[in-house]
Amino acid sequence: MAETNINLAAGARSWRWQTAVLIGLVLLLAALPLLANMLGMPSLISLATRIVILAIAASSLNLALGYAGLISFGHAAWYGIGAYVVGILYRHFVSGEALLGLPIGSDQLLITLPAAMLITGLCSGLIGALALRTSGVQFIMITLAFAQMIFFFFVALKAYGGDDGLIIRRRNELPFVDLRENENFYWLSLLIAVVWILLLSRIVQSRFGAVLTGIRQSEPRMAALGIATYPYKLVAFILSGMGCGLAGALMANHARFVSPDMMHWTQSGEFMIMVILGGAGTLLGPAAGAAMLILLEMQLGAVTEHWQIILGPLLVLMILFWRGGLSGLWRQMMGTRHD
Amino acid sequence: MTEIVLDVRDLTKSYGGLKASDHLSFQLTRGDIHAVIGPNGAGKTTFIGQVMGDVRPDHGSITFAGQSLNGLSTPQRVRLGLARTFQIPRLLKEQSVEDNIALAVQARQGHSFLFWSAVAQDRSLLDPASEIMRRSALSARAKVPVALLSHGEHKQLELALALALRPQLLLLDEPMAGMGPSESRAMVQILLGLKGQVSMLLVEHDMDAVFALADRISVLVYGRIIASGTPQEIRANAEVRAAYLGEEG
Ligand SMILES: Nc1ncnc2c1ncn2[C@@H]1O[C@H](COP(=O)(O)OP(=O)(O)OP(=O)(O)O)[C@@H](O)[C@H]1O
Ligand SMILES: [Mg+2]
Repeated sequence: MAETNINLAAGARSWRWQTAVLIGLVLLLAALPLLANMLGMPSLISLATRIVILAIAASSLNLALGYAGLISFGHAAWYGIGAYVVGILYRHFVSGEALLGLPIGSDQLLITLPAAMLITGLCSGLIGALALRTSGVQFIMITLAFAQMIFFFFVALKAYGGDDGLIIRRRNELPFVDLRENENFYWLSLLIAVVWILLLSRIVQSRFGAVLTGIRQSEPRMAALGIATYPYKLVAFILSGMGCGLAGALMANHARFVSPDMMHWTQSGEFMIMVILGGAGTLLGPAAGAAMLILLEMQLGAVTEHWQIILGPLLVLMILFWRGGLSGLWRQMMGTRHD
Repeated sequence: MTEIVLDVRDLTKSYGGLKASDHLSFQLTRGDIHAVIGPNGAGKTTFIGQVMGDVRPDHGSITFAGQSLNGLSTPQRVRLGLARTFQIPRLLKEQSVEDNIALAVQARQGHSFLFWSAVAQDRSLLDPASEIMRRSALSARAKVPVALLSHGEHKQLELALALALRPQLLLLDEPMAGMGPSESRAMVQILLGLKGQVSMLLVEHDMDAVFALADRISVLVYGRIIASGTPQEIRANAEVRAAYLGEEG
């Protein structure tokens, strides 16, 4: 009894400590535009916005990859489709043309973001339903193949810019907030990222999340417990696709540009690296991984134009020696300090 | 009072030229512990796999409590009231004993499309889980990650997970294999405590355990049941002694 009480108390203490750190972190991130302007480095805001948006995508992939163990090598497709929804809706908004007889144009963020999530949800549902009939290496290859199909579809889609993509002259509108101000767009992205990651954290701690964690560790065990895994994997795949669609829609607004490059397989690979680098199956690891990767790319890019040659081996080394990614390192540091 | 809970007829399963089940017929009376013994590679695990739906038979029928199991998936069979333990433990190694059992309790309670409440605070999972840990002598290890448990504890947890499903029929694949004598005796005591409440198909090499527990014994050799009877009959059976018990000395 005494022992469990101590455990509970320690659990509650570390939980409170973690919450405090998280709130501090969010406040710090929220203050970032002020600091950037004070330091006379407004370009930091744009960089931070990119990181925050990619953190949404990486955290979403993590639900499938880190928790359910579904190694999807095609999540850039959902990111790109989310972006194209924004681009195409904007295009029709400007031209006033109907699509299939429907007057679908919009530049309202409150319409475009849910639309992006809905459509990526449908697409990832369709493709997930097929891809999840396989597993292991086959699943990796089939998600890659579908994503490449979608990539080439958009390359060939001349009506929406083909190879060149679509330019979005103005960011979407939001009532009462001027999103053309970079600070405002950053704060909005940060808010959405925080809400989405909190939502994911509820999900992974729920009964649904417990099933996903079980699926990753042993599918035969899940079957022996009477759990048919397919529907759970499919829902995880869809949720994770929708999160990437949300990120893509935000990125389209941030960059005011959409192109098939967003769905290139190297983008899928980068999302995977963010998750693994930060720590698969941890709440904040992938977000940290996103920041790490973007900053690394930037630093190395400033040193040499062949930065990829350095980044590749560096990533391999980091993944080999930091078991559990950045969050593993963090836990080790915290662990030794507590001892 | 002699209802047949598991009725297997003419089960056949070949792997290439090898017959893992060879026109195997088998009846298990409700409430019995029915042991299946036989040498290595006789087809015992394959038999359990076919009853559970993990392995598809080439031919034959399996009926559970009057219902045909043919074509049903493993999860469907589990929901009808079957549960198994694995010869080689299959557990959620990264998680604690309590997490594993709570998941089994959760599985028994129905679907898991619930996205909001945290399982770690869910009394409707934790209370039954702690009751099961108490009965399985695992309470002291509740918070320990499964990867850190001993082999014997893995076997105990295998049984605890199956029991959490409250099955009518339990298929036990060598629950004592690799255990020390005292662990083995404890396992026998746990199974004796369940006798009568749950029907059991017990695959086991430990003959002391088999003779202490079984109401009936069937002997499986090369995929065929060569003898079936009470423990006394099997002990007296010359063919069995030659084929199997004799090897034990
Ligand atoms: N998937 C498979 N593919 C090919 N052969 C298999 C397969 N599964 C089992 N076998 C073979 O079928 C035979 C029966 O195997 P099974 O595992 O059922 O034996 P067992 O009675 O459980 O043995 P043990 O006492 O060693 O656990 C063995 O010869 C085994 O090699
Ligand atoms: Mg076996």
